[in-house]
Amino acid sequence: MAVASPTRAFGASIRRREDPRLITGRGKFTDDMHLANAATAMFVRSPHGHARIVSIDTSAAAAHPGVLGVYTFEDVKGFISGMPCAWPTTNTGDTLKLATYPPLADGKVRYFGEAVALVVAIDPNTAADAVQLVNVEYDPLPAVINNEAAVAPGAPLIHDSAPGNQAFRWSLVGGDTNGALAHADVRISQTLVNQRLIATPLETRCAVADYNPASGEVTVWVTSQNPHIHRLLIALSTGIPEHKIRVIAGDVGGGFGAKIPYYAGEALCIFASKELGVPVRWSESRSENYVATAHGRDHIQHIEVGATKEGKITALKVTAYASLGAYPSTAAPGVPTWLFGCIIQGPYDIPNNEVHVIGVYTNTTPTDAYRGAGRPEATYILERVIDLVAAKVGRDPVDVRRLNFVRKDQFPFKVANGTLTYDSGDYELTLGKALHTIGYTDLRAWQAEQRAAGKLVGIGVSSFVEVCGLGPSSAANAMGFAGGLYDSATIRVHPTGKVTVFTGVHSHGQGHETSFAQIVARDLGVMVDDVDVIHGDTDKVQHGMGTYGSRSAPVGGGALRMAGMKIRAKAQKIAAHLLEVAEEDIEWVDDAFRVKGSPDKSKTIPDCAFAAYMAGNLPAGVTPVLEEQHWYDPENFVFPFGTHICVVEVDRETGETHIKRYVAVDDCGEIINPMLRDGQVHGGIAQGIAQALWEEAVYDENGQLLSGSLMDYAIPKASVMPHLELGHTVTPSPHNPLGVKGIGEAGTIASTPAVVNAVMDALSPLGIHHIDMPLRPAKVWAAIDAASH
Amino acid sequence: MHPAPFAYKAAHSVEEALQLLRSHEDAKILAGGHSLIPALKLRLTQPAVLIDISKISSLRGIRRENGKLIIGSGTTHREIEQSHLVAEASPLLASVAPQIGDVQVRHRGTFGGSLAHADPAGDWPAAALAVDAELVIAGAHGTRTVHASEFFTGMLTTVIEPDEILTEIKVPGEGTPGIYLKHRNAASGYATVGVAVTATHDHGRIGTVTIGVTGATPVAFRASIVEHALNGHAVSAHLLDEAASHAADGLECLSDIHAPAAYRSQLVKVMVRRALGKLLHA
Ligand SMILES: Cc1cc2nc3c(=O)[nH]c(=O)nc-3n(C[C@H](O)[C@H](O)[C@H](O)COP(=O)(O)OP(=O)(O)OC[C@H]3O[C@@H](n4cnc5c(N)ncnc54)[C@H](O)[C@@H]3O)c2cc1C
Repeated sequence: MAVASPTRAFGASIRRREDPRLITGRGKFTDDMHLANAATAMFVRSPHGHARIVSIDTSAAAAHPGVLGVYTFEDVKGFISGMPCAWPTTNTGDTLKLATYPPLADGKVRYFGEAVALVVAIDPNTAADAVQLVNVEYDPLPAVINNEAAVAPGAPLIHDSAPGNQAFRWSLVGGDTNGALAHADVRISQTLVNQRLIATPLETRCAVADYNPASGEVTVWVTSQNPHIHRLLIALSTGIPEHKIRVIAGDVGGGFGAKIPYYAGEALCIFASKELGVPVRWSESRSENYVATAHGRDHIQHIEVGATKEGKITALKVTAYASLGAYPSTAAPGVPTWLFGCIIQGPYDIPNNEVHVIGVYTNTTPTDAYRGAGRPEATYILERVIDLVAAKVGRDPVDVRRLNFVRKDQFPFKVANGTLTYDSGDYELTLGKALHTIGYTDLRAWQAEQRAAGKLVGIGVSSFVEVCGLGPSSAANAMGFAGGLYDSATIRVHPTGKVTVFTGVHSHGQGHETSFAQIVARDLGVMVDDVDVIHGDTDKVQHGMGTYGSRSAPVGGGALRMAGMKIRAKAQKIAAHLLEVAEEDIEWVDDAFRVKGSPDKSKTIPDCAFAAYMAGNLPAGVTPVLEEQHWYDPENFVFPFGTHICVVEVDRETGETHIKRYVAVDDCGEIINPMLRDGQVHGGIAQGIAQALWEEAVYDENGQLLSGSLMDYAIPKASVMPHLELGHTVTPSPHNPLGVKGIGEAGTIASTPAVVNAVMDALSPLGIHHIDMPLRPAKVWAAIDAASH
Repeated sequence: MHPAPFAYKAAHSVEEALQLLRSHEDAKILAGGHSLIPALKLRLTQPAVLIDISKISSLRGIRRENGKLIIGSGTTHREIEQSHLVAEASPLLASVAPQIGDVQVRHRGTFGGSLAHADPAGDWPAAALAVDAELVIAGAHGTRTVHASEFFTGMLTTVIEPDEILTEIKVPGEGTPGIYLKHRNAASGYATVGVAVTATHDHGRIGTVTIGVTGATPVAFRASIVEHALNGHAVSAHLLDEAASHAADGLECLSDIHAPAAYRSQLVKVMVRRALGKLLHA
């Protein structure tokens, strides 16, 4: 769809401009970097969940023809001794026990798949052969997988530095929860498991490092969501000066949070390149990705709720055991704490609430952010709780939501624990629209008929608010994040009026090359096709914090808007000068500066750019060239919200869940590109449904990953997705320069509880009120079978 | 995901393939490669030589001879799916083929490869049992024919000797109504349980019912108890309920993270009942 006018660029469903490149195989992913003489790195990985390393014999591998080097921890520790943690947080004194995260196992393996040795060879086949020749003798130790078992007395100790396997304790308290619980009309206790998930981006992780011994410079191509953070962490952990490091994350095939962290494999490619004097490449296989790339979620949550007999929730107390896995990954401690606990009351006005998090080490792959990161875990609690309360007090779950919602006139709304102030919202609006779309009243009547006919049909509602657009740097610092969360934009208008934009956020599927061009095209009055967006290269882009937490549009986009306004301000001076009128006498109308009263007299931004580069006829005090930069540090987070409704039928005999309808009404503020927004919602819902029904990382008691491949880990397929009926409302963020709120995670956050609530509603006539995810047919059937005996 | 080194030989006739098999120690036949290559890449198997039979044209094709449907072992799932002859002569096979993997897989994977591989979750073994297929196996001393009921000997094992090749499969071609129901593993798409059923009936009386079941146990099997309870009886919902309720009697079902044994045996009963219902309209 061509866009005729720049003024209509913003808000138009322009097709993704990156797609022709990606679809025709002309993208440039990390693994496409074929440098002359590049060697291949591969890892010897632990077959045990927990074991002492008795000995490592690398001699046969080292002697294998074509092998360039075989390295263990002792060899690499001088270059890098530990992987840094960028969010070493707690808020309970000195409880944080950050275990050392060695790049290769140091004396002990602590999870299945942990890298024990690095093999570098002339090609992948030789490297794979040599990996088989490394002989590691292990002395297996008892493993601990379950989060609560890990901190129980007598559990196998994973790190000497973390007694009782406790990584930290963290708490937020708002109001008087114990008091409110004591006086509540009804009380509910429930344990919920938010299972461990594996991100499964289409592109596994890869790195190519090219160290130049002559200049001391290193270029690292890497699958990263945040190349500047990677560069910083590489510098801090290896001592290579930051200005000598160039990190390039070109096309990246999906991240979902798992490509935020800085991983040992990436650092060791740099090590090997430096050591061997050739470029070194590494590319995960899928099975390797499943053990070596951060997992997500993995909470056990104990919940206590107090409510009035009408269903108004007066108290909510959550104690969550969250697994960091075996080692603290880059952002790991922050995910189950701040990103989870701050938003614990969701869209509801719950005056008394407490959340306590016990971070634990288990013999599993390290965890980190996974789409939604913390907020899905919180939303799932609330949305299950609302339905449980509704059942207990005998009211429709929709009425209970309404009763508890933060009302429209309460914004800006400060949550009970004091950490967040919701910017704007109208939760009734999205709920009402979703109910209307699905025809809720008729649907309940239909359900009654179906039930009478013996069918198990259910309706699940999920309302949510998320905190995203991470975030004000002051808040990030206060939460212990070792960095600011501002972002940047440079807009370079070339002499011909064509535009190059440099953004500090990163696209790995989001479509920034399209949406960001739309933002700039509107502000500069130029065609979208005349704006190119550059990201992902630390030598090209000024600086930036990358993409996660639905921050690209709110923060990166915010920076772009502000930079665009700077361009406009400078161009306005030039335009007035060229038009020979005072600046106050011109105005920006329809893509150009026009003289008030005689709109035919006009200058466009390209006109001004040309003059700015000619530079001989500029107003006094105006410098040559038309290029501006802005560093945008948001004053607050943004708070998108919405309601999703799911209708299911459960097959009584097989336990299979069939989604009959799915309605999603989201409010993410202003819309840059409706098609991209829908794409984000579609993908998010698919991932959320998958958590509800299929996905689960399963370990056995020895720490073997049983769901270690796509044969056993069930990601959603297009063929099993229901038709999605999307609706939208627009409640702009009052403080964001674009009025946008972020949409990258909303679908994932909302959909999981919508589906689980629907299945539980379907099963409620059997007296079943909760089954932990994923609601696999076998598990659901077993519950039905048990209930009918 | 890099296989251990191996030698590759392409055969252009069955004789040549047999000759190659005899002259190489530790050789394996490569047909569609859709079970073998994943195993090679994971280094679960590391044969010294692969003998590619996919270029042998005589192993490919579908024809009808003396009322029987004869399918070359190298015929792809997709060719079976799209064959009018199969649709007419064996509705059961026609029902199985489109339920295997996805289109890409069906374009490469072969009928014979799937039977020879004898994956406990493979779809074809159930159907081969239900239609009582005859499997023609070529070796140094000519060919022998084995009935499906004797062909599968265990998980991933059959009566095919290391120096033999499955060349063609003969199935009855008189168009007996049949249907394949498959409960897909959400991850792999393979059968948690698959039931292949054929049934004839006339004026409300059941003629012959055959039931092959895959996925439930280490080897696919015929649910003979159910068949015996039905053959020759008048069709009724009650009879089908009763017969199907015994479909899992005495089974030692497989158990994994997706489906414990109890669930598999429930699926066997439910799916047998549903398949019978579809074919016998009760
Ligand atoms: C993604 C994916 C999804 C799949 N989904 C399904 C599914 O849903 N259902 C299903 O049933 N299958 C499924 N398969 C397996 C597929 O059907 C395979 O094609 C089949 O199992 C093996 O056939 P092949 O021709 O590929 O054999 P190959 O992989 O080439 O060989 C398999 C084995 O049989 C031996 N062999 C092959 N042909 C002969 C012969 N003529 N004589 C003697 N030995 C022989 C080989 O030596 C090897 O040991 C799937 C495969 C993939 C990759």
